Amino acid sequence: MSARTSLHLAAEIGGPPHYDAGHYLRLAGLAEDGALDYVTLGDSFARPGLDALAVLARVAPATDRVGLVPTVTTTHTEPFHVSSAVATLDWVSRGRAGWQADVSTTEAEARLFGRRPAAPPAALWQEAGEVADVSGRLWDSWEDDAEIRDAATGRFIDRDKLHYVDFEGSTFTVKGPAIVPRPPQGRPVIVIDATTAPAREAAARHADVAHIRATTPEQAAAVREEVLRKAAAHGRDAGSLRVLVALTVDLGDVETAPEPGLESGPQLAGGGTYFRGGPVDLADLIAQWHRSGAADGFHLTPITPERDLERIVNGTVALLQHRSLFRTFHPGGTLREHLGLVRPVGRYAAKEA
Amino acid sequence: MHLAAHFPGVNNTTVWADPRSRSQIDFSSFEQLARTAERGKFDFFFLAEGLRLREHNGRIHDLDVVGRPESLTVLNALAAVTDRLGLAATVNATFNEPYELARRIATLDHLSAGRAAWNVVTSSDAFTGENFRRGGYLDRTDRYTRAAEFVATARELWDSWTPEGVSRPFAHEGPQFTVSGEFTVPRSPQGHPVVIQAGDSGEGREFAASTADIIFTRHGTLEAGRDFYADVKGRLAAYGREADSLKIMPGVTVVVGDSDAEAQEKAAEIRRQQVSPQNAILAAEQIWGTDLSAYDPDGPLPGIDPVPDSEITQGRVRHGDPFAIVARWRALAEAKGLSLRGTVIETTTRQSFIGSPRTVAAELTAFVDERAADGFILVPHLTPGGLDDVVDRVVPLLQESGAFRSEYTGSTLRSHLGLPEPVWKG
Repeated sequence: MSARTSLHLAAEIGGPPHYDAGHYLRLAGLAEDGALDYVTLGDSFARPGLDALAVLARVAPATDRVGLVPTVTTTHTEPFHVSSAVATLDWVSRGRAGWQADVSTTEAEARLFGRRPAAPPAALWQEAGEVADVSGRLWDSWEDDAEIRDAATGRFIDRDKLHYVDFEGSTFTVKGPAIVPRPPQGRPVIVIDATTAPAREAAARHADVAHIRATTPEQAAAVREEVLRKAAAHGRDAGSLRVLVALTVDLGDVETAPEPGLESGPQLAGGGTYFRGGPVDLADLIAQWHRSGAADGFHLTPITPERDLERIVNGTVALLQHRSLFRTFHPGGTLREHLGLVRPVGRYAAKEA
Repeated sequence: MHLAAHFPGVNNTTVWADPRSRSQIDFSSFEQLARTAERGKFDFFFLAEGLRLREHNGRIHDLDVVGRPESLTVLNALAAVTDRLGLAATVNATFNEPYELARRIATLDHLSAGRAAWNVVTSSDAFTGENFRRGGYLDRTDRYTRAAEFVATARELWDSWTPEGVSRPFAHEGPQFTVSGEFTVPRSPQGHPVVIQAGDSGEGREFAASTADIIFTRHGTLEAGRDFYADVKGRLAAYGREADSLKIMPGVTVVVGDSDAEAQEKAAEIRRQQVSPQNAILAAEQIWGTDLSAYDPDGPLPGIDPVPDSEITQGRVRHGDPFAIVARWRALAEAKGLSLRGTVIETTTRQSFIGSPRTVAAELTAFVDERAADGFILVPHLTPGGLDDVVDRVVPLLQESGAFRSEYTGSTLRSHLGLPEPVWKG
């Protein structure tokens, strides 16, 4: 299960909240110029900021190629609405949507809704997995060619190509079918931060991309191996899952740090790793880890997005491109194509075939 | 006069079989219609919502245009390709929670620099509820109680940041919702996004009078429009509101031709396409509440009695007493010598403005001058090109006469509608 596939790079464009589109348009445009696979935009009901999926929908028509991956939490939301919104992001971006699934663990978040108390992470991730599962089923619930527009018989759709999902989860049920026709990618890309054990379980079952944390290439390789092994245990093809190392980066004000390399920095949520150095050092680290088969790529969270993303694209990425380790343009149009993931055949269509 | 553009979805208004009709889902269709509306200096662009595919006779309804993207996501994307046009999303208050929805609508208001509107709809429909955690459990009265408290809670959230940008904790405790904490979004450019209420029922009118900025309605004639207008505006004083604070905007169709005669011919052809033989049987089945597939749509009305309390159609409310409707249809068919299909066409036609550009402009203006409407939500039968005629041929005449704006004077939807910014009630 060596990770010697082409290198994948993604970047978080969150950080301190902005309440107009301009800031996010600049950062997403920068990531697109660097041919990055996708940008993520973190979200939570617990801290100031706009709805991330909405922000990336606003960004979609102003960009052409870069993947758009908002965080959408599953604890206090309706699974049916989540699946519709992500499918719609895929339609408005013409196949560039992803979805970073996350949970809301705090009592403070629960009080914003007043419908159910906070629950332990294991239960919430079990539920998040079910939301990812039902979303996949809803995305498949229209076969690709369900819209027939048959004027002779007056039928707009062939109802034999629409399917009830009849999903029964531990906390919800959904009848289906979706109200949104199957999105351009078939299924938008599901991303899960697999740092914690329950999240890793959900990632192994449902994610297309898992973000992991590691401080050495050996550790990254071991975690990647574990995720892929769990995925295989669920009957998945290991080639259908990409594992990216999540790295918080501070590219500072210099090209090269006095002592380059990986350092342990301030305490980060989920025991994340922290890189401080110059853009060249970061390129070296990415090249070295990827060459050793530790990961399929990196998800970079710049500590100061405006400054560091510019340095990542014009410094780190440019160097990786110069060394022919990273593509110089997006050869495909959809996020799945960037990631080398096939467009899935709808499960209901497949059953009939 | 205020004008809005509706992007039709789940209905039999759309003539999808017309070769000029394009996708109902591709973003390019939404973009083209929105750009047309903005070119025409329209107040806003309006999206409807459906949360479950309709069923007829126990199967998914395949004679209709079904499937639609999620409104708020489409409108956020449209904010990128328009500058002034208001963006109105239909979102159900029964199957959402105030905190999340208030946040999503405030987000649209920020990302569009003050152009967001929310069309509040409700549902008591257990059929739709099968797609949601909440299920369907609200009776007709409770759904408006919930909707009213939902809107009030959303406004408390929108007021929880001071106009200076300071977040303050909020707490709402009511029969429907108990929510507390801190809102994640500052007060948005419009203060409160515009609230629209759709529906003509008594409860709907009262709800609109108490809390909405716009009521989206449908009524047939100028006279019916005047009655509705007087009734709804008359309800405002009880809530301490001015007559101007609620805009009445019926959904209407417009057919323009070179001459009045040509337009009438076009309109008749459009109705024949909308009410195809299959659709005529279907519409009759919804009234009779039973399978009528053995009947000839171009023959007489079925001689049988309707079946009360039938659930032949799921996902659409059955209106009125079926016996009374059937009796009315029979009288109409006899008086005018109509077939079943002809009767459906005659009874389901909504308010239409049909004629040369000059005729249509004059009639639209008359409706506003005679207090039957404050403006119109135009429902095209073709997407995305269905409003080109109105924008290119009718709007210039309205502008010439001063009935409609020639340029936007403000940048927010509230400014287009002449609605004041709400007073902050911190």
